[in-house]
Amino acid sequence: MLEGPTTRRDDGPRPRINRAPSPILAQVVPWLSVVLATIVPTWFVIASAPMFPPFGFLTFLAWRQLRPGLLPLWAGLPLGLVDDLFSGQPFGSAVLLWSLAAMAIDNLEERFPWRNFATEWLVATSLIILYILGSYLLSNLVAANAPIHVVVPQLVISIFAYPLIGRLVAVLDRLRLTAVRISR
Amino acid sequence: MAPPASKRSGYSRRAQFSSFLSHTAGVVGVVIGLVLIVISAVNPSSFQSLRAIAADATDPAAEATAKGRSFGDNVLNSVTGFFKMGSRHAKLEKELAIAKSRLVEAEAIEAENARLKDMLKLTRTRKDVVAVATLTASTPSSTRRFATLGVGRNKGLEKGMPVRSARGLIGRVLEVGQTSARVLLITDTESLVPIRRTKDGVAGFAQGQGDGTLRVRLVNLGINPLKKGDVIVSSGAGGLYRPGTPMAVLTEILRDGAIARVISNPTDADYVLVERAWAPEAPPVEAPAEKP
Repeated sequence: MLEGPTTRRDDGPRPRINRAPSPILAQVVPWLSVVLATIVPTWFVIASAPMFPPFGFLTFLAWRQLRPGLLPLWAGLPLGLVDDLFSGQPFGSAVLLWSLAAMAIDNLEERFPWRNFATEWLVATSLIILYILGSYLLSNLVAANAPIHVVVPQLVISIFAYPLIGRLVAVLDRLRLTAVRISR
Repeated sequence: MAPPASKRSGYSRRAQFSSFLSHTAGVVGVVIGLVLIVISAVNPSSFQSLRAIAADATDPAAEATAKGRSFGDNVLNSVTGFFKMGSRHAKLEKELAIAKSRLVEAEAIEAENARLKDMLKLTRTRKDVVAVATLTASTPSSTRRFATLGVGRNKGLEKGMPVRSARGLIGRVLEVGQTSARVLLITDTESLVPIRRTKDGVAGFAQGQGDGTLRVRLVNLGINPLKKGDVIVSSGAGGLYRPGTPMAVLTEILRDGAIARVISNPTDADYVLVERAWAPEAPPVEAPAEKP
């Protein structure tokens, strides 16, 4: 977390005079990226089957894994609400599942403080599988039952898409902490 | 990476309190989610005004993207066409492949032309069309099948109006906002359309399965007369959907019905027509006696 405009990271590039990360940018980027990842993919195709991974959830997950504590534990509530408005799922399903996922990651972090790539990947993959199955069950609760094979392609695509989303979030994280000109 | 040090609250009252508060907030999120789910399970249309506001707010951007999408579709069609041919004629020379991809492109444009001409004819001859619009968004990561239309109450849309493309039925209007409307596609599991076979009028119902196919069930039980390749159209039974709108082709015959593939893929439909909800004409009745 940033304390002020003069904070700098030890591993970052050498700070230049009159340049510092903007606290606004540092706070806004994660929230904005999750909201955009939720809304924008719905515009690109009129889908006749669940074919896209849940981009909003994947981005949320990636932020929580890359920077634990940057998005607060309650972030699933507002961000999930936005997702529910556009996702077509029964209202409240993302609020519930995103909050649960955030708490699950938080618990795992406490239990296994030193993680490596394998554990991170395993945690993310199992959460993605649980999330997609959970969404499937919740939408079946409200509508008539869809056959389970409908979500299988989506499961596979999501698992493969997650590392890419992780890379993208890492790029956004660097953007978040770019030094910008300080205006006084 | 180790979790940030601030997570271990230690003896600091303030740190303990803020950690407690953030955990409580997480639980509150779960509880609120559960409450919302229960509300929407009891009454699925309970949050429609919120959804309509959200869809209205993002409508301009969605519509701009929809315009780009039809262009992107054309490009994508040409590209996939190229790859299909490439795999079939891997040994053919590059020029031939390029020529073929150009041909596919031309075909795609021709098909689009024909479709647009169809559409013009349709709008000219039909008086029951409320609006011609684009589908601007959909729900590609959910098992529910909804799409968003770029017009709403401002063009006189109402709940229940059927939506079709020049090729066939797409769905019906479910929720109406000011400048956008939500469409329940016929492939959604909640959509149930009365149908008949074109040849002889064998009647049944088609329910969506959420994966682009329909599950056809017949009204009369007994020997299943359906054949692979049969075309089904809406029968108009019970009103709402205009009779004779093309819907799907049967691809797989089951014991008590069939699986059908939808003819009008909403992704290919650049423009869709919103029609007035159809009502069967009332049988002729004699004028009431008390009226002069």
